[in-house]
Amino acid sequence: MKKFKEGFINSIETMGLVDGPGIRIVIFMQGCPLRCIFCHNPETWKNTSSNKMTSKEIVDEIRKYRPYIEMGGGVTFSGGEPLFQSEFLLEMLKMCKKAGIHTCLDTSGTGYDKKYLDEILKYTDLVILDIKAIEQENYKKITGNDMEMFDYFKERVSVNNNKLWLRQVIIPTINDNKEYILKLKEYVKSFNNVEKVELLGYHTMGIEKYKKLKIKYRLDGIDDMDKEKLNKLSEILNSKN
Amino acid sequence: MQEWEDFKGTKWKNNIDVENFIESNYKEYTDDDKFLTGISKKTSKVWGKCKKLLAREAISGVLDVETFIMSGIDNFEVGYIDRSSEVIVGLQTDAPLKRIVNPYGGLRMVNKSLEAYGYHLDKELETRFKEFRKTHNDGVFDAYTKEIKLARHNHLITGLPDAYGRGRIIGDYRRLALYGADFLIESKKNDLEKITDINEDTIRLREEVSEQIKALDLIKKMALRYGFDVSKPAKSAREAIQWTYFAYLAAIKQNNGAATSIGRNTPFFDIYIEKDIEKGILTEEEAQELIDQYVIKLRLVRHLRTPEYNELFAGDPTWVTESIGGMLDDDRSLVTKTSFRILNTLNNIGESAEPNLTILWSKKLPENFKKFATNMSIKTHTLQFENDDLMRPIYGNDYAISCCVSALKLGYQTQFFGARINFVKVLLYALNGGRDEMTGDLVIDGIEPIEGEYLDVEEVLKRFDKVLAKTAKIYVDALNIIHYMHDKYAYESSQMAFLNTNPEYLMAFGLAGISIVADSFSAIQFGHVRVKRDERGLTNAFDIEFDYPRYGNNDDRVDAVAKNLVKRVYRELKKYPLYKGAIPTLSLLTITSNVVYGKHTGATPDGRKSGVPFSPGANPTQGADTNGALASLSSVAKIPYKDCCQDGISNTFSITPNALGSDNETRVTNLVKILDGYFTSGAHHLNVNVLDKNLLVDAMNNPNKYPNLTIRVSGYAVNFNKLTREQKEEVISRTFHEKV
Repeated sequence: MKKFKEGFINSIETMGLVDGPGIRIVIFMQGCPLRCIFCHNPETWKNTSSNKMTSKEIVDEIRKYRPYIEMGGGVTFSGGEPLFQSEFLLEMLKMCKKAGIHTCLDTSGTGYDKKYLDEILKYTDLVILDIKAIEQENYKKITGNDMEMFDYFKERVSVNNNKLWLRQVIIPTINDNKEYILKLKEYVKSFNNVEKVELLGYHTMGIEKYKKLKIKYRLDGIDDMDKEKLNKLSEILNSKN
Repeated sequence: MQEWEDFKGTKWKNNIDVENFIESNYKEYTDDDKFLTGISKKTSKVWGKCKKLLAREAISGVLDVETFIMSGIDNFEVGYIDRSSEVIVGLQTDAPLKRIVNPYGGLRMVNKSLEAYGYHLDKELETRFKEFRKTHNDGVFDAYTKEIKLARHNHLITGLPDAYGRGRIIGDYRRLALYGADFLIESKKNDLEKITDINEDTIRLREEVSEQIKALDLIKKMALRYGFDVSKPAKSAREAIQWTYFAYLAAIKQNNGAATSIGRNTPFFDIYIEKDIEKGILTEEEAQELIDQYVIKLRLVRHLRTPEYNELFAGDPTWVTESIGGMLDDDRSLVTKTSFRILNTLNNIGESAEPNLTILWSKKLPENFKKFATNMSIKTHTLQFENDDLMRPIYGNDYAISCCVSALKLGYQTQFFGARINFVKVLLYALNGGRDEMTGDLVIDGIEPIEGEYLDVEEVLKRFDKVLAKTAKIYVDALNIIHYMHDKYAYESSQMAFLNTNPEYLMAFGLAGISIVADSFSAIQFGHVRVKRDERGLTNAFDIEFDYPRYGNNDDRVDAVAKNLVKRVYRELKKYPLYKGAIPTLSLLTITSNVVYGKHTGATPDGRKSGVPFSPGANPTQGADTNGALASLSSVAKIPYKDCCQDGISNTFSITPNALGSDNETRVTNLVKILDGYFTSGAHHLNVNVLDKNLLVDAMNNPNKYPNLTIRVSGYAVNFNKLTREQKEEVISRTFHEKV
């Protein structure tokens, strides 16, 4: 009997309607190398969880929802950082593709094991890539890490010509200004095959989780991003000129 | 007949066969909603007056009651809202929203209702009625056994229609429009002549058919008061809608059935509308006006109820269910322009709880219609969706939904409504030696109590089966008595007149609390449940030592338990002969009574505390479904419909707008996909509420800000303000699927 790889899962959301096209089964994987200041899922940071599953168990779970996901939907691997368990992720992607399930990777483009990356991208139909910042200094401030891994990931998605949705979280006082959006707009042009760029408003709904986990919250005093302002910035970003 | 000259087909001309008429003449519509028109001047005037009356009614609960005349097909003077602007006419009494006194079900109930709203029945009328007439309620209590009374008193069997109209009958009201009363009378007379072999059954049938003929005569008289001769078939769209409405109106003048649904009329009306438009005698605006005003009439249907009734079924519901859409065969749907027109009433005259607009969903419905219907659902939270692909093979293609989820083949089948048993009590009686955990009464005898500290599945199950078998027998006995007496003392001749003379009868049993019983068994099996007992030795709390799988997470370990439980119940019910040879059916549906059921039920092994509301219908327990919406929907989809819960499996689904999609177009596309997936998985019914929980909390605290907020509860839509505080809190406590 084939031995299937095991990995750590945080949770499975059976109806994701905003993480990729159509109805998505979202697999929230455990572990992340980044420590983004705005992160609302700190419970996914550490490398292990009590929920250990095999690739087969997960793909079987996804298959249960075929009637819902076969019409333009599929699976989204999210996290945490799904690339953080690269080998395990690759096995699941292959199994999904074999089963005819559309695959999407919701990632910040870091934490991967280099030797699996190209193959992972080969079995991924859509990459939703979270842009934290567009240059090293701010990237480090926001994520706590260097931008090097992200830049390499960026190069590989371009080479593999993956379909891309780009996302950027907008945080009041940090990047909620027109100047930044204009720079971002230029930066987006350096990717291939971008289908859509979304701005996500920072929100404070994660604070409770930090309290529970006894982790210090680093954005105290910063309010939720104003929706109207966010819409205006989105208009600037997506306008033709 | 001359009125039939424009129409194709022959079969329906020789025998009563509305289905064949529709198949031979209707036009499927697959295009979009762009042809629709807004509200007409006349409709604005009529609806404007209604709105004022409705606002007055909302303050007092009841606008007016006719206390000098009793229910009957032709007992009331004509009534209008705004005579010169009404294109469809006819009211239950001589004034809009003025309610009827119907004493045939039970006089005590009538007096209690009147008292609650400060009215009194005319003394002379009451004295005469009491002297000369026995009621359904009197008859039932003469025949009830000690066991039934005990089960009823202890809320093991509840909501029985033993004091008011049983409802759930759908006359095929289209017959009046297509054939005219004279043809129907002739046909009934022919049937009567053929009933010659005299025995108890045929004596009763002969009497009933004679009553039906009298009813048809009275309908002619009632319509004549409004200036219409319904003895002949309808000749135009206006007449077809008017005749159909008159037939329905007779039903609600004569009876006060809990749910009195109107059938499936849109393809039928559409044939006449399209014919008139083709002839150039009707415009699109006028067609919409007819449908808008037909719907206004349905929004004004009222019955006199007690405040206790309102606790069970909140918001003054009448279940004027109109079924829309569905397929004719594998290729053609029954979607017509009038399917769009009737949903467009929600745009023209605003959202409303009634009529109970029900979409018969098939994956093969025209995409444009799917989008339009889901869009209206997102916008108004007033629609329910039911699986046509599941029901059509069983009920044929001309069925309609009665009440919330009960399918009936129009004109060929009718239903004996049977409320429900409190399934949770069946389990608790198994733990407590047949005693009620609240009252301490011995309700089911011969059950050995469980004495150990920890619960053992086998031990519980053995007793559970015994309690269930005895409960089923008591339940069957109660329903047989109720329907025997209802036929005898409160026969619905005006509705039966629009059914075949020998219809098939379905006896609709029901079950409340499936999620709690399934979770309790799962807890006993996987959670190591420890029992605490009060001084009487009856269970009053449970400690669960380990996590256990809960219904609503697409986990077969417990979903299979739920499935198995309903099968057991159905197997028990099937053992007994039923009144008039009825076929038993079963539903998982609570309406809003899940709150009252909970109130009367002690703590349960799943960890639920005493008095906490049940979840509605077949819904997973509030908050137990933690794996996302599809897991929750998938668990419910496993409950077997065919050959088990053929009276319907109700599920109410609440999702926040943001979770459904970032913009309206995406939300519509996603909802279509959810419904396609859910129904392809074999599920039966879905109420959809696209709402923020915060909005409901705000509406609970500031009712004046939301006078028209309507939401779907189990099986029907209700104005949120009309729910009791407890019911509102229960609705808010339900799982809202949110964005992750």
